[in-house]
Amino acid sequence: MLAYAIRRLLQFIPTILAISLIMFFLLNVLPGNAALMAAGAQDRGMDAKYVEEMLKRWDLDKPLHVRYWIYVRNLAQGHLGLSFLRGEDVREVILARFWPTLKLAMAAMLIAIAVGVPLGFISALRHGSWLDACSMIGAVSGVSLPQFWLGLLLMFLVSVKLQLLPTSGYGDGSLTHLILPALTLGVGYMALLARTTRAAVMEILSADYVRTAAAKGLSRFAINGKHVFRNALILVLTTAGLQFGSLIGQTVIVEKLFSWPGVGSLLVDTIFQRDIPVVQGCILLIILVFLCVNLAVDLLYAAIDPRIEYR
Amino acid sequence: MKRFCVASALALLLFGTLAGVGDAARSGGTFNFVLPYGGDVLTLDAHKTPNTNDQIVTININRSLYSWDESANRPKLELGEKVDVSADGLTYKIALRKNVKFHNGRQMTADDIIWSYERVMKIKSPAARYVRIIKGAKDFEEDKAARIAGLRKIDNFTLEIGMEQPVDPAYSLYEGGTAILPKEEVEKKGDAFGADPVGLGPFKFQKWVKGSEVVVVKNADYFEKGKPYLDKVVYKIMPEGAARDAAFRAKELDATVVGSAQYPVYKADPQISKNMVEVAELFTRMIGFNPNYEPFKKKEVRQAINHAIDTKLIIERLLKGKAFQAVSYLPSTSPAFDPNAKGYEYNVEKAKALMKQAGYEQGFTFECIGTSNESWGIPVVEAIMPFLRAINVTVKPQQVEGAALAPRLQKLDYQAYIWSLSSGAGGDSLQALARWESKNPASAGNFVTYNNPEFDKLLEAARKERDIAKRNEILRKADAVFKDDAPIWFFNYNKAVIAHQPWVKGIKPVAIELMYQDLTDLWIDESSPRAKEK
Repeated sequence: MLAYAIRRLLQFIPTILAISLIMFFLLNVLPGNAALMAAGAQDRGMDAKYVEEMLKRWDLDKPLHVRYWIYVRNLAQGHLGLSFLRGEDVREVILARFWPTLKLAMAAMLIAIAVGVPLGFISALRHGSWLDACSMIGAVSGVSLPQFWLGLLLMFLVSVKLQLLPTSGYGDGSLTHLILPALTLGVGYMALLARTTRAAVMEILSADYVRTAAAKGLSRFAINGKHVFRNALILVLTTAGLQFGSLIGQTVIVEKLFSWPGVGSLLVDTIFQRDIPVVQGCILLIILVFLCVNLAVDLLYAAIDPRIEYR
Repeated sequence: MKRFCVASALALLLFGTLAGVGDAARSGGTFNFVLPYGGDVLTLDAHKTPNTNDQIVTININRSLYSWDESANRPKLELGEKVDVSADGLTYKIALRKNVKFHNGRQMTADDIIWSYERVMKIKSPAARYVRIIKGAKDFEEDKAARIAGLRKIDNFTLEIGMEQPVDPAYSLYEGGTAILPKEEVEKKGDAFGADPVGLGPFKFQKWVKGSEVVVVKNADYFEKGKPYLDKVVYKIMPEGAARDAAFRAKELDATVVGSAQYPVYKADPQISKNMVEVAELFTRMIGFNPNYEPFKKKEVRQAINHAIDTKLIIERLLKGKAFQAVSYLPSTSPAFDPNAKGYEYNVEKAKALMKQAGYEQGFTFECIGTSNESWGIPVVEAIMPFLRAINVTVKPQQVEGAALAPRLQKLDYQAYIWSLSSGAGGDSLQALARWESKNPASAGNFVTYNNPEFDKLLEAARKERDIAKRNEILRKADAVFKDDAPIWFFNYNKAVIAHQPWVKGIKPVAIELMYQDLTDLWIDESSPRAKEK
């Protein structure tokens, strides 16, 4: 398994290099540049001297291939460069924002798993009942709800009308500030997990080994706990794992709406500011998290399902 | 009867006294304000940022030599007590306040002002343009001189500023980017100064939770005795209008900027509408015509477009009244604004006649680039389309992102563009109009490469005029010439709006940027939920 993990980790390198190349060229062919944005050039008269100085300082006056070479060379040494507009090390800028994003994603995933998996499980066991119908209507609605709209709705209901929680912001990092954004982000995944779990459990319930277990006289509780749930867990884990990776990338809307100081909102801000080193850093981080979570999920398969063995 | 009169007089006196007490500024409490523009704060080093969001905070941590006086609508001396101007208008001798201390306790002297201006030039600050007006600043910037020749310390509390030209430095040196900073703190902290600033303003920096909020606390040693009134100010970073609205209604925000979506709703709300401050900000929204595009070479065509559009209707219906109709380039809060000026009247027949006169009776097509902004972007272009169709002109809107628009304007890579331009340049009408001088290329902001010798001559005459009233009169004429040439469609002056809670006292109508609220005089009464919060 260790050899497999190392092999997979090594495969990260070409993946990251390929993505960095595409990302670099895409970002650098965008019209506009950070120097113009930094000069506040749009509404006031432009200070051409300042723009020229900044283009030089940030290597934006160099040809694209030279800039890419500088970028890859720095990346190989672990440097993501300096933020154009903040003047700070990109690594530090991003790391300061990573924990809030991770916290938000984990809380959202926790809500999704804690509610979605039991809901899907019960729905499958009570297949065709009103409970099943209600939970599946809820699940379809949860998947369909736009996050921005749901967030606003929760904000007005919970914060403005009921005055139970703060509307937005990070505050001192307390739970009260986390609940609404996590719920907004988690509802879609909760619905997805509920549907996935329901489908998996229903499939397993009709499997031969479950019928055999029932014929052997095992209790319903033992069958569900030992055979059904454990087997369904593989599919649920795959879905949850893959979703967690993409969840990090999808925090953008929720972070912007709730003024949550995470990587997602940083990414949006820096795209508009054309602060390319920070944009590249954010995207790299999101990709890295996605790859790592995928690897972790693959490795966990072996722990759950003894039939799976990595060589 | 006599008793009644005495009793009435006493009652009135008592009522008057109580009313006075009610109106007296109250010290203490926390004020929750908002940073609404474009996401996080970039840096709190005042010399390194041109960003509005950053400056909303830094103007309250720092002080510049001059500050903006919103009641007079011009800058006033802030860190000095007296200024003597030489007869030729080239030398300003300033007697500095002696009771100004930095937040680290050290007294401010003339050396700090000289060092701060030299730092602005040395680090190639975005504020360098404001210091460049001082004699020798350009040489210092280009490493041709060891000091800025125009800055001379006479003694610790007397500073002499020599100017390149006879212009009032107040209009440049009030800018937040020219703040006076303590050398020892900047040098000690290095790059970290931007995240842990030290100034000499009414509030001291406390903390910055990146992407979420900036907190400043009262500077008890501030040079205006008894001020500021607030114990603490929390600037919440909230770029989303809907989120600001929710936070304001939940009373988490004490004051918020009002966007075009919220404006009609707030205006219709009987409670909120009582506590709104509106001002015509020094921004002019317009469509610029590229003079290289054949039809726009004709003045009659440009005038016809101005006559063909019912600007008032668009402001009422599309912008829901959140704008002031433009009658010329200089907005109504500009010192040289002509109160008798009349804009282009909506007159389709006149527009048709002008088109015929220009030889474009059959019309033409042009493309207009702009952002998605609902007050000065593509939605407005879409609104003018039916009006222009009446004179056989077809407009093709093309939406671009803000960052993509600037380089196209610089290169004149457009037929027409819609945008919002700062028409105040710190309230100095001369600097505002100077954008359109023929010597300025598009890269310096003359995006329509406007060129009229008469206009240039008037601006030169205004530069030489020392009498403010006469100078404004000349500038009014220049503005009228510009209006008559119609190199742009004169759309509106931004109506900036702040809504505040009833317990907030002292929000000011700051025309340069409404969000640049100097919080020194602001206070909150007992009814605030944060009245006792420190």
